[in-house]
Amino acid sequence: MANVPGDLRYTEQHEYVRTTAPSTVEVGITDFAQGELGDVVYVELPRVGAKFARHDVFGTIEAVKAVSELFSPVAGEVVEVNERLDKEPALVNSDPYGAGWMIRMKLDDAGETETLLTAEAYQQLTG
Amino acid sequence: MASPTPGAPTPPPPPPNALDTPPTNRADPDPQRTPFHDIHVALGAKMVPFAGYVMPIQYPAGITAEHKAVRTACGLFDVSHMGEFIVRGKEACEFLNYVTTNDVGALEVGQVQYSTILNERGTIEDDCLVYRSADYYMMVVNASNRLKDLAHIGKYSASFECVIEDISDATALLALQGPRAAEILAPLTDADLSKIRYYWFDKCSVGGVQHVTISRTGYTGEDGFELYFRNEHGPAIWDALMQTGAVTPAGLGARDTLRLEMGMALYGNDIDDTVTPLEANLGWLVKLRKGDFVGKDVLVKQKSDGIPRKLAGFTLHDRVVARHGYPVFYEGQQVDVVRSGTMSPTLNVPIATAYLPPDGAAEGAKVEVEIRGRRVEGTVQKLPFYKHGTHL
Repeated sequence: MANVPGDLRYTEQHEYVRTTAPSTVEVGITDFAQGELGDVVYVELPRVGAKFARHDVFGTIEAVKAVSELFSPVAGEVVEVNERLDKEPALVNSDPYGAGWMIRMKLDDAGETETLLTAEAYQQLTG
Repeated sequence: MASPTPGAPTPPPPPPNALDTPPTNRADPDPQRTPFHDIHVALGAKMVPFAGYVMPIQYPAGITAEHKAVRTACGLFDVSHMGEFIVRGKEACEFLNYVTTNDVGALEVGQVQYSTILNERGTIEDDCLVYRSADYYMMVVNASNRLKDLAHIGKYSASFECVIEDISDATALLALQGPRAAEILAPLTDADLSKIRYYWFDKCSVGGVQHVTISRTGYTGEDGFELYFRNEHGPAIWDALMQTGAVTPAGLGARDTLRLEMGMALYGNDIDDTVTPLEANLGWLVKLRKGDFVGKDVLVKQKSDGIPRKLAGFTLHDRVVARHGYPVFYEGQQVDVVRSGTMSPTLNVPIATAYLPPDGAAEGAKVEVEIRGRRVEGTVQKLPFYKHGTHL
């Protein structure tokens, strides 16, 4: 059973959002998503300073058997990217909610995370 | 994240919930199961429809771990979907010599041969193994081509005194692959494995089951064995091998990455009925001096004219995967699409194959692959990509 932490928000495209500071979020893909993808071999991430609208493609994730785009769950600006994923993409598999995080974003609208799925709603989606 | 799309560029944003729709068998509503189906499911394998069967693509360990287990120790693959034909009769040898390119007459009893089946255009209908037993031959063909092959070779069989029997549905096939395969199998069989050389076979017992065909063959580049037996013995043989505690179950995903590291052709990707064996680096399977065979005229002509293109392997300079179908460029012109491509688990670089003009197929030549709108440079490598297999 895929792990769905209760304190995060989720999208229907299987990204999670963690609020780390006022108006700042950490974005990655869910445990369910990494399980479906299989072994991740490459994660292409944007540069710091890139701006995305909600649903914009912010990156690409490659597994041995499949490739998938990553969609920005919120509107905002990238303030940090997880450089470790460049050398250690498998962190997305082993620790999707921890060391496998992808980008940190400054929100355009501090309240936008409230519009995302709750853990309960996401659990239903993937259950 | 979008729904993963194997081997194709990512489409525009997907419908919501795309990923949580489990893989369905749209192409084949009623796929066959191998005798190991329930074992795979109990192990937690990800099962996918493949060539009319539902097969394990990976187990919970994942493709990378399974791949490394085969390179360093031993993996066990269920490849029961493969097709097996028995050919008997006074002219079985002559018939097989006519429908395949290698020299069946050169086979000794107990020997195996890799070969190709061509059509009249000289292009590849399938690649296959031919086993010579004392009183019959066995052909092993790709699952996806089994019915096509049967119809194709059947057309020619009327001119020969021979009978073809398709035993695929009753036959199970396990591949035990890796540098430790022999030491793991030895205590479970009455065969003297040291006497079964590469591309030879014997009929022996395994795990108490009699009449198992054990061939020293495989599709991984490592030492190993392929075991053919009747379906009903499946669980007994699987359990005997797994109870050693030294064997990692491995799925079709690892099978694909292992064979690609060795530059071994996959039908439908690297070879198909648009290419000749000479173009596909399989000229060594073509014996022009053995007498007439289907497609020979075309190959004789191509040999004297020279081949217009050649299957080549290359690595990419960026850490992006060149997947099947992506455009490939040489000297600025698109010359092909990627035939096979993956991130090499052993070498940790992206590897791929494509057909290139002969000068572009030379080691060190530069190619480009278009990946999501961007051209990524690659360098042609001498195959195999992985040069330390226990069997090259």
